[in-house]
Amino acid sequence: MSRKPYQRRVYWNESTMSWWERFYLLEILRGLSITGGVFLRNMGRWITGRKGALTTYYPEQTRSDYAAHNRGKHILTQRPDGRPQCIACNMCATVCPAQCIEIEAAFDPDDPAHPKHPSRFEIDYSRCVFCGFCVEACPEDAIRMVKEVPDLPSGDRDDMWFRRDDLLGWMPRSDVAKSYPPKPDATGGGRP
Amino acid sequence: MMQDLVIRGIYIAYAIGMLMTFGLILTWVERKQAAVMSDRIGANRAYLRIPFTQIKLVWWGLFHGLADGMKMLLKEDFRPVSYDRVAYALGPWVVFSPVLLVFAVIPFGGTLVPAVLFDGSPAIVEWFGDRSYPMQIASLDAGLLVVFAFSGITVIGSMLAGWSSNNKFSMLGAIRSASQMISYEVVMGLTVIGLILIYGSVDLGSIVEQQSGVLLGFLPAWGIFYQPFAAILFMTAAQAENRRIPFDLPEAESELIAGYFTEYSAMKMGLFMFAEFIEIAIIAALFTTLFLGGYNLPFMSDAGFTLPGGHFIALSHGTVVLTQLLVFLVKVFLLCSFQILVRWSLPRFRYDQLLRFAWKFLLPLALANLVVTVVAVWAIRGAGA
Repeated sequence: MSRKPYQRRVYWNESTMSWWERFYLLEILRGLSITGGVFLRNMGRWITGRKGALTTYYPEQTRSDYAAHNRGKHILTQRPDGRPQCIACNMCATVCPAQCIEIEAAFDPDDPAHPKHPSRFEIDYSRCVFCGFCVEACPEDAIRMVKEVPDLPSGDRDDMWFRRDDLLGWMPRSDVAKSYPPKPDATGGGRP
Repeated sequence: MMQDLVIRGIYIAYAIGMLMTFGLILTWVERKQAAVMSDRIGANRAYLRIPFTQIKLVWWGLFHGLADGMKMLLKEDFRPVSYDRVAYALGPWVVFSPVLLVFAVIPFGGTLVPAVLFDGSPAIVEWFGDRSYPMQIASLDAGLLVVFAFSGITVIGSMLAGWSSNNKFSMLGAIRSASQMISYEVVMGLTVIGLILIYGSVDLGSIVEQQSGVLLGFLPAWGIFYQPFAAILFMTAAQAENRRIPFDLPEAESELIAGYFTEYSAMKMGLFMFAEFIEIAIIAALFTTLFLGGYNLPFMSDAGFTLPGGHFIALSHGTVVLTQLLVFLVKVFLLCSFQILVRWSLPRFRYDQLLRFAWKFLLPLALANLVVTVVAVWAIRGAGA
């Protein structure tokens, strides 16, 4: 049985090299000078106390140029008196695809306008997928996502649970869009 | 007699300590340099905490090498079901020990005269008398031949490892490694013959001593100025000998997992890695010795500087010894850094390109270089005689 000798296929976009490029050595030197130049430039920056890298030293440093619409960490918005705006309706926990939100509702008889509020509001960031559905689902604009990322790296998995007061106090933000009736005082006054 | 033993013992301890330190530090240098070259920060998390305090010594991540070593030592020593346990156990050592042995003939300093160095204490002066020791573990006449003999053994180790691992990847890696190393050893040998012709000796100590002169009135008489072409070829072939990118076909990760040491784990694998890193230092030391004037600064010899104008600056023995040790280390380190630069700049060859490069490109060039050298040496020496 005779076989045709192997012939290398010639492609239409075969790269053409000049003689100098084929000689290889000079092109290698050119490549080395590029990488070496980058090395020396960055090294010079490090030695003179500047930063010679594009990457950040996470988690000690975080980048400041996150997009404004980046879905980073959750915050709970506050009423003017500092209570969470959340009414513990559980919509976010229901819509959450990762099922990482846990809410425990409490009853506040002193505030007839919003008798239900969360006594516990916890997000398990080890499961959160940062989809933002909770923000979409919230009827009260009580949960939002800010562009800064949560400070998660830690040696303990439990540190990835963020609790109500963390979410309220980390970057406090009150909802200025709606005005709320003030909480009634002990005499029952203050209602509209 | 006892004095010789003491001095040689110190040399051996120094050489082994130096090589091990280089091996450890180069693992870190390689990562860090690659990071800096590609605008990254690089390994900087490992630290030593001083016991009972919260003081953490990070030192730019210098302890990553230590952490790697600890990890290798503490990992499970997994053994594959192999039909040749002896060869399997022997493999890493056959790769590792010749690499260390090569350094025995490389001079890392000039001549040491203990009586002059410690002339403050009469006991030492009396004990050593007028003995002098070249700073070289074994000052053999066959220096360069020993280098090639020992570095040739390494290939047996990788063959043993690949064959006894009972793994196709290992086998392929071993075969590739064998053919590659044999091809490039030829090139390496041929490039060096030109230097041997010029210096008229294979003793590395005397080669270094001859490089402390002046060439053409202003250049230091370094091998790289006599044989610039051979220097490039030697560096290329040496990188190929060491199986590093662009010549890392025997252990090409994307094709062969890890090549001939795929089936090794823990410190046995660590020995292969360590051997590779020490070999970087060895290649740098060889290149320094052959082409860059060895342990001497330009125009420097054991007595002092002889500048091109004929001006002579004498140096005390202690200064000379310290300078030579330091200069050798700096040169070796810079060359290691250069090899790492090459490793992180160039893409890998295809296997047929690799062998074609050796036999059809480097070998003719080395031969041409040798012929030119022979003719030149014959013309110059012949005219003189």
